[in-house]
Amino acid sequence: MDFAGAFSAANLGFLMDGFYLTLIVAFVSIILSFVIGVIVGVIRYAEVPVLSPVMFFLVELIRNLPLLLIIFFVRFALPEVGIKMGLTTAAIAALTIFEAAMIAEIVRGGLTAVDKGQIEAARSSGLSSFQTLWHIVLPQGLRHMVPPLVSQFISLLKDTSLATIVALPELMHNAKIVMGQKESFTIPVLLLIAVLYFAVNYLLSVVSRRLEHKTA
Amino acid sequence: MDFSILTDYFGLYLEGFWGTILSSVLALIGSFLLGSVIAVFRITTVKGLRWFGTGYVEFVRNIPLLLVVYIFYYGPSALGFPLDGFKAGTIGLAVYTSAFIAEAIRAGIMAVPKGQMEAARSSGLSYIQTMMHVILPQAIKLVIPPLGNQFINLIKNSSVLTIVAGMDLMYFADSISTETYRTFDTYIFVAVFYLVLTLPLSYGVRVWERRLQRKY
Amino acid sequence: MNKFKSFKWLSVLMVAALFVIAGCGNNNNAGNNSAASGGNAAGNAADSAAIAKIKERGKLLVGVKYDTRLFGLKDPASGNVEGFDIDISKAIAKHILGDENAIELKEVTSKTRIPMLNNGEIDMVVATMTITEERKKEVDFSDVYFQAGQSLLVKKGSPITGLESVTKDTKILGSKGATSIKNIKEKVPGVTVLEFDNYQDAFAALKAGQGDALTTDDAILYGMASQDDGYEVVGKPFTDEPYGIAVQKGNTDVVKAINDTLAELKANGEYDAIYTKWIGKAPAK
Repeated sequence: MDFAGAFSAANLGFLMDGFYLTLIVAFVSIILSFVIGVIVGVIRYAEVPVLSPVMFFLVELIRNLPLLLIIFFVRFALPEVGIKMGLTTAAIAALTIFEAAMIAEIVRGGLTAVDKGQIEAARSSGLSSFQTLWHIVLPQGLRHMVPPLVSQFISLLKDTSLATIVALPELMHNAKIVMGQKESFTIPVLLLIAVLYFAVNYLLSVVSRRLEHKTA
Repeated sequence: MDFSILTDYFGLYLEGFWGTILSSVLALIGSFLLGSVIAVFRITTVKGLRWFGTGYVEFVRNIPLLLVVYIFYYGPSALGFPLDGFKAGTIGLAVYTSAFIAEAIRAGIMAVPKGQMEAARSSGLSYIQTMMHVILPQAIKLVIPPLGNQFINLIKNSSVLTIVAGMDLMYFADSISTETYRTFDTYIFVAVFYLVLTLPLSYGVRVWERRLQRKY
Repeated sequence: MNKFKSFKWLSVLMVAALFVIAGCGNNNNAGNNSAASGGNAAGNAADSAAIAKIKERGKLLVGVKYDTRLFGLKDPASGNVEGFDIDISKAIAKHILGDENAIELKEVTSKTRIPMLNNGEIDMVVATMTITEERKKEVDFSDVYFQAGQSLLVKKGSPITGLESVTKDTKILGSKGATSIKNIKEKVPGVTVLEFDNYQDAFAALKAGQGDALTTDDAILYGMASQDDGYEVVGKPFTDEPYGIAVQKGNTDVVKAINDTLAELKANGEYDAIYTKWIGKAPAK
């Protein structure tokens, strides 16, 4: 184990570049997959004819496939049928597609858990079904959703490491390049990136617990 | 090209399919055993064990699966007893999943009303007897849906074996697509193989969840 | 209960739909292929388009390796990618665009280089790529720009001293999509080969004791051995691996530009200089 060599200024800088890209890709994908996931989840909950079954079909399809397959597919298979995008875009798109499907299920579950009596009360007091959804169901449902949503965001951040198979220069990819320099760098580098991933994710889970306490 | 990829390379697809199944099943058994032990640590009154259990769950849940696999792939070899990609990958999967399973089991045990423990204890059963005959049988029913979901995740996550040449479905898919140059078709068939495993499981989990909901 | 029935049906539908999608994909492929061959038949009119596109962009997009010492290696300290392939790429950029820095390098591996080329993400692949008949069906190649031969890398003191000592029980490591995998399987039927995403992972696996020998072209192996003196290249090269620069099928004008560049470099001695700079000796004549 060669901590001094592994953590030379150049190597640390290079690893931080990777960490930065990991955070950027995770951040953009979290925002996108949250927006898409909420929309799809609400559509599924609202049981809109045609649209809801189609969403059900897509969500089930994506949720039951490995993310690694989706990443590889978006990067290398879609271009064969004319859908082309750059490396980072492809990684974000793949992560977003997969995580949005997971989030849609969380949103639908959270909405379903809202007490039916409240919906009926709101409707009978003259609110439209959209108003009921917007003012009654969504705010309450969101409360149920915070913990699973945050753990999904944590998953997403961890899952960015899978983009290393399409050579996205994120943390895991850069870590492998540094490990490749010398055998004795392997364990120090693995330890360092474990600490980095853990720190961000643990922070997220602490924030989530705070939120839970506040809303409960 | 079309279906000739499937027929020409059927042997390789099957070999990978088998690798994926074997790894997922072994990892499920391993993670269930390990997860049960950690769950007991988490709820025991012995402080040291409780800290260990909490630390384990928090650490493992907050680092990427790929990193866990790398730790078991490169770690043992640094100590002189290398594990091959399949073994390291399967152990990594088991360790990673055990943290989630521990939490599911803990939640299941906590969901059994406290009064039952007290009633059983006061009627003369020992702690272990109460756990075995009263609490666990009820908890297991509640734990089955999350366990099922973890098994689905395991099957999907076993795709990381490809990165350490672990002889799973994705690994052979790569070999096929680099020979056929038809990424799209090759991976569509891979997707079908995964769905054959995951869709029936998703269906089963839903049925079980429904049954529980009706009961309570 | 209705929902479950629909779930079951949807599952069936889903699988069916995937097959339909697969079918569509094929049709599209067939369409693309025929369009490409049509383009070939049309001849030079379409040909100059590729060079024109590069000139319009003002930048040459080249797929190179980032993990292969001597040919294309990313140096974490400087962030630069360096090697024989890079110098050749720069010379081509200079020939086409008049500026050796009018170039953008993109990382490829043996597995990804043909898909990336065919998807139009890069103009050419300069990445230790052997010219083979099978690959010629997918891409067009320039003249040979480097002559390598497949060999074996082992830990010093290994019982393996060359191809002769490789048996069915030997575990060989290699890189996905490389010719060397196919070759070793042909030379030693039944041998176990473990394939990795790139050479760096394969070398890491060798160091981690995951296999007995790593096989690929000798030039790449010498680069690895120079990185870690616990490893050595053993035996004589047992195949010919002529490296070519690959371009999308039909881009004959790009092939011509590459071949002109190579001829130029060989004539003015620059090729020998680049070769000596990286390989450490002058090329065999």
